[in-house]
Amino acid sequence: MVDLIMAARRRVQPWQVIVGLAAAAVLLIVMFMTLGARGSWSFILSFRGTKVLTMVLVGYAIAVSTVLFQTVTHNRILTPSIMGFDAMYVLIQTLAVFFLGSLTLAKIDPLLQFGVELAAMLVFSTVLFSLLFSHQSRSLHLLVLVGIVVGTFFRALSGLMQRIMDPSEFAVLQDRFFASFNTVNTDLLAISTVLIGLVSMVAWRIHTTFDVLSLGRDHAINLGINHKRLVTLILMLIAVLVSVSTALVGPVTFFGLLVANLAYLMVGTSRHRYVLPAAVLVAIICLVGGQMALERIFAFNTALAVIIEFLGGLVFLVLILRGAAR
Amino acid sequence: MPQLLAALSLIIVLALTSLLVGVSPVSVQNLLMGGDERAMMVLLVSRIPRTLALILAGMGMAMAGMIMQMLARNRFVEPSTAGTTESAGLGMLVVLLFFPDAPVWIKMIIASLFALLGTALFLRILRMLPLRSVLLVPLVGIMLGGVIASITTFFAYRFELLQSLNAWTTGDFSSVLRGRYEMLWVSAGLTGIAWIAADRFTVAGMGEDFTTNLGLNYRRVLTLGLVIVSLISAIVVVTVGMIPFLGLIVPNVVSMIMGDNMRRSIPWIALFGAGFVLACDIIGRVINQPYEIPIGTVVGVVGSVIFLYLLLRKDARYG
Repeated sequence: MVDLIMAARRRVQPWQVIVGLAAAAVLLIVMFMTLGARGSWSFILSFRGTKVLTMVLVGYAIAVSTVLFQTVTHNRILTPSIMGFDAMYVLIQTLAVFFLGSLTLAKIDPLLQFGVELAAMLVFSTVLFSLLFSHQSRSLHLLVLVGIVVGTFFRALSGLMQRIMDPSEFAVLQDRFFASFNTVNTDLLAISTVLIGLVSMVAWRIHTTFDVLSLGRDHAINLGINHKRLVTLILMLIAVLVSVSTALVGPVTFFGLLVANLAYLMVGTSRHRYVLPAAVLVAIICLVGGQMALERIFAFNTALAVIIEFLGGLVFLVLILRGAAR
Repeated sequence: MPQLLAALSLIIVLALTSLLVGVSPVSVQNLLMGGDERAMMVLLVSRIPRTLALILAGMGMAMAGMIMQMLARNRFVEPSTAGTTESAGLGMLVVLLFFPDAPVWIKMIIASLFALLGTALFLRILRMLPLRSVLLVPLVGIMLGGVIASITTFFAYRFELLQSLNAWTTGDFSSVLRGRYEMLWVSAGLTGIAWIAADRFTVAGMGEDFTTNLGLNYRRVLTLGLVIVSLISAIVVVTVGMIPFLGLIVPNVVSMIMGDNMRRSIPWIALFGAGFVLACDIIGRVINQPYEIPIGTVVGVVGSVIFLYLLLRKDARYG
């Protein structure tokens, strides 16, 4: 499979790959919107349109955050979710319900609430990262392992608090985490669209620096980049993107890894102007195609996250065995 | 020796506490005065089996972790970072799907077989690794465990067994009653065998050539170790569920304090394993009375913090 892609790509220009991916994504979305449609079109279009919009937003957020994270950390097996980012978001939500109670939370404006959670997420992630990346000597394997254990810790701690809290509070919380693509909050969707738009604007302003950053810290500084400031800014953008995607569909650990590495393989260059759109398109194709397969073939009888987990875990193992982790 | 006795008495204190803590009141007074049959029954049917199960499972998992660390020559390997417990879980699912009425010992044997296969697969992948960094080994193990667990979840979801799946993925001693934990005595026997054979595992950890040179059959020692680890993990998973990190933390903390003389540290590992599990279970019972928090969750929190400390402490060095 991998060799096949490699062979095919030698004859194809990166922009051709992107055009192909875009066509496939559009085709899948059209199929998703129309396949097996019976009854009122206005209902179907708005019902399925919400799902498609969610999947596009989530795919975009995960793909961009993963690729940028891998650029900043200079490797292709670290992703925000492997480093425990989305587990952190779950923990923040749990803490909020635990200490404030769901009644108080229900009274607060959802926009404000999301903003406060986002701020907490930004602070936590900056602390975590400055702790982890301040030591130059620390090896990549140590970072990944620490990330996995930190994620386990966040999950275990959330689990502990969820056990302690009132069952009715827990029910509120559970609804928030397992908002699958079938039950999406429209308020949240609007906020997420705005946030992703803002992040994209900031990212667009600094997009010329991405390729320079991927040369490595020393080269980047040599070429006149304020490395520390830029990296902090990008990590903040990543934190926002991860919060948005986790708030929309809950944690999916390996999806970013899968998407980013497929994109690298397909475009065959590490220039961000090709990698970023390719990764976004691959993510949309995987989500829309996967959801369609889920609805039509498995008749809803499984969770997309389980399949992603399985495939992503295998990709991770293969990457390590092929020595990509060095 | 005096320290060992002190540790032993600490375990006894913990065990006594575990006998007396719980929703149904059981106090020394009640028991000595006699007449309170309910307290006596709670003690005999629930508290004593539970405490014994805690001690046996703690010792067994700590020992299993130690054997795996010696065989893989890696400090960060244990049944839950090598795909062993996840494979045992897959085995349980297979039993539930195909032989739901099988007696408990058949369940255990099938789960052990799966655990054995999973661990063997892990060791096989380790041999394929291009570079054997100390930290890469547990990373591969955790990923392998994740892949196996996702297969289990996939089928459990399809056949609506997710709830039973949760029962054995989160370790919980609250369902231990007389007649439902006795399987753990087998793991106690295995712990004894591991104790006797400990130096062989140390030798086997030095590599195949070295082992053969000393006149030991490498394959046989390796197989013995794998079988013991798989059986212990499967028994613990079948009777109480998965207890993460236990086999990793206990031997590492003991080796930080005691050094690596196996003969000397084995009793410490066994005692510390039992004490750690007892303490975590008591915490889980006290923190949210009258409800209980399963031990898997408590160990997950405490264990991951200790694991992080082990990874990030200043003088740590990885090959």
